[in-house]
Amino acid sequence: MKGYNFAYLDEQTKRMIRRAILKAVAIPGHQVPFGGREMPLPYGWGTGGIQVTAAILGPRDVLKVIDQGADDTTNAVSIRRFFARVAGIATTTRTAEASVIQTRHRIPETRLRADQILVYQVPQPEPLYRLEPSRAAARRLHALAEYGAMHVRLYEDIARLGQVAISYDYPVLVNRRYLTSPSPIPAFDNPKLHRMAALQLFGAGREKRIYAIPPYTEVRSLDFEDHPFRPHRADAACALCGSRESYLDEVLTDDRGGRIFVCSDTDYCAGRAA
Amino acid sequence: MAYVAVKGGERAIDAAHAWRAEARRGDPAIPALSTGQIAGQLGRAVERVMAEASLHDPELAALAIRQAEGDLIEAAFLLRAFRTTLPRFGAALPLETGRMAVRRRISAIFKDVPGGQILGPTTDYTHRLLDFSLLDDPPPPPAPRAEDPPGPMPRVATLLEAEGLLRPEPPGEAPPFDITREPLAHPAPRDARLQGLARGDEGFLLGMGYSTQRGYGGSHPFAGEIRMGAVTVEIIPDELGFPIDIGEIVLTECQMVNQFHGSRTEPASFTAGYGLAFGQADRRAMAMALLDRAMQAAELGEAVTAPAQNPEFVLAHADNIEATGFVEHLKLPHYVDFQSEAEAVRRLRAAARAEAAE
Amino acid sequence: MSEPPLLQAEGLCLAYGAQVALDRVGLALWPGEVLAVVGESGSGKTSLLNVLSGRSTPDAGTVLYRDETDASAEVHAMAPPRLRRLYRSEWGFVHQDPRESLRMDISAGGNIGERLMESGQRHYGAIRATAAHWLAEVEIDPARIDEPPRQFSGGMRQRLQIARALVTHPRLLFMDEPTGGLDVSVQARILDLLRRLVARHRIAAVLVTHDLGVARLLAQRIAVMRAGRVVETGLTDQVLDDPLHPYAQLLVSAVLRV
Repeated sequence: MKGYNFAYLDEQTKRMIRRAILKAVAIPGHQVPFGGREMPLPYGWGTGGIQVTAAILGPRDVLKVIDQGADDTTNAVSIRRFFARVAGIATTTRTAEASVIQTRHRIPETRLRADQILVYQVPQPEPLYRLEPSRAAARRLHALAEYGAMHVRLYEDIARLGQVAISYDYPVLVNRRYLTSPSPIPAFDNPKLHRMAALQLFGAGREKRIYAIPPYTEVRSLDFEDHPFRPHRADAACALCGSRESYLDEVLTDDRGGRIFVCSDTDYCAGRAA
Repeated sequence: MAYVAVKGGERAIDAAHAWRAEARRGDPAIPALSTGQIAGQLGRAVERVMAEASLHDPELAALAIRQAEGDLIEAAFLLRAFRTTLPRFGAALPLETGRMAVRRRISAIFKDVPGGQILGPTTDYTHRLLDFSLLDDPPPPPAPRAEDPPGPMPRVATLLEAEGLLRPEPPGEAPPFDITREPLAHPAPRDARLQGLARGDEGFLLGMGYSTQRGYGGSHPFAGEIRMGAVTVEIIPDELGFPIDIGEIVLTECQMVNQFHGSRTEPASFTAGYGLAFGQADRRAMAMALLDRAMQAAELGEAVTAPAQNPEFVLAHADNIEATGFVEHLKLPHYVDFQSEAEAVRRLRAAARAEAAE
Repeated sequence: MSEPPLLQAEGLCLAYGAQVALDRVGLALWPGEVLAVVGESGSGKTSLLNVLSGRSTPDAGTVLYRDETDASAEVHAMAPPRLRRLYRSEWGFVHQDPRESLRMDISAGGNIGERLMESGQRHYGAIRATAAHWLAEVEIDPARIDEPPRQFSGGMRQRLQIARALVTHPRLLFMDEPTGGLDVSVQARILDLLRRLVARHRIAAVLVTHDLGVARLLAQRIAVMRAGRVVETGLTDQVLDDPLHPYAQLLVSAVLRV
């Protein structure tokens, strides 16, 4: 695009972001501060993911962007068009065809490969922020690997409700060291984080943090031996493709309690229905 | 399928943009605003947008205000996103506000000061009555001019420092922190804090500054000096090696003077809070100075009890572009997370029902 | 006492500006022993507790701790993670104000369980059973395991704090005025409880108190502090019944009413 560098960011900024990414890959799950730039999109709308994507895109990459698992949600459309415009790269809605997938709130149902990169948009990279709002204090807890407070939160849920009541952004321990936010994906997606073949990069623009889960890294959802982590989905089949394995969106069809369930991953659903 | 309709799609986005553009222009029978009109007649808005965007360019700020239809936070966002794409040629030398071409200069702590008190073009003593004559747009009568050019006006803070009454600021050796390039880490040094305040949301600065006056982080501020006027900006280009003048900008500078009770190792003295803003912006500069002082509490050994004294709290929430983005992102679809919550609530309710049935 | 000491301090000095908090203080604590540090407020006893436990750094002097594996290390030279590990397992703290170590909005079970979870326990049922056991140990009805300390009386909060400190079977307890601010009858019950638990589990403790009655009840040995210096040490009965140092004599005659 005239007047702008390939993929919007100048090369110096891209190098700064790549250095942060390399450090993040070297310390799986650790939040690396980076000099996040203002992007022409509002903070909280994927500025972190966009900066990570912009820093890793090459001219031959094929980009897929999803929000809530769907390619045609407004913000996914907007971000896909942004990169088509400022990088002139090919885009796709097919998970299997993409070399880079930027996502908000979902991991595709289709198993990702080692030659793919998954970029997450992260609103709040600090998994401890509800327990410890001071980021300076939280950083100290990470340094000391002091995560008892998060386990206490799970304990309290079980004591009060009989089960852990965290249903999304479910905290994980990466590589047996860092407590990490998987971004607000449903807990259903957490098992896909574990030993994924693709590189997973997480960008938080407003909070100016990047972190990573390298390929095939151990990622454990926090739990207790006698209350093991269990992913949940609606107990229904997709109205379009009949899937009983995929994560489902609930769609209200009238005001009398009518509803159907459909796959949140539109590409997966279309592939099965075809 | 019904559900497809709720998902946006490219056509909806394009249509939304077209509608917005039409609404922005308004009634075509009324002449369009020029950026010159905005820059020339809505100067306070332009200055606020430049401050919060951290870019001094009245014409681009005027364009941003027009494009944002007068939404000043949106305008600051447009201008700041543009700023990020600009190459940087270098850093200016520290501005010499002591050599400001002063248009306004008041001190609340002395009856008179060397160089005198100058009211300048203030609205402070206007009666806040709607002026219906502005509807007819008559040219204002010419303002009287001072006959003698003003003499030298040393900064009041300098006078207090000379007597040892004001805690001296140790000169910094290291190049200042740059919040536009580096992530802020806490505890943040004062240079980073001042930068964060300088582009903080005016409403937030005002509210937080106000809170210190109402007992939330007690300070006893005096307006030591507020001065406004043009200051020369100088840079040293690498190829020249000596400073050259690249223009001047209008600034408001505020020094708040607060009492400091002293400690075991330091005799009592006054301490300063510092505020600096583009244009004529007393409110902004004063609120900034109150907060700068409040945030020194920990360093001065004072009890940190109030939000305004907590630099991490203030700086993490002062930026209106970050704040508006994150508040407004709640309108993005969250139905996947909501679905997972709804399933969890249903599961818990089912468990409770089963327990009750037993 | 052929066994080497658990904690050994030598030559501790600490000053805040011109004010001397500790002046060449040395002491030793043997396994299973309770040592009371007594003195008026401002005598330096809380500073001493903070320095012994690594929470503040002295200007001079050393504090050696001999850990479970019999390895000795200087407390202030330990890397922060190691010190934090001691705080979570081998050491316990009982503060005058239970809010310093309790989470007021987390259940009693969660408060006790946190120490277990921090040291790696991951079995909910086992954690809960241990928490219930320790509630009973400190005479809190285990049926109240899911109530937060916000709903407890001052004495119950203090007992909950003790349960939280003891659940990891610490070898060393630091106590700062553990019964300060409580009614006399409540105090007596907590002192009795502490004495029983410390003896049964053979826990060594440094107890800071201005109350010589508390010291007599809990401690085998006493160190009397004045103006940052230890002016007299000895067996509790000996110091309280027959003090040698003039200041100790004054303190005992002026305060002791037990």
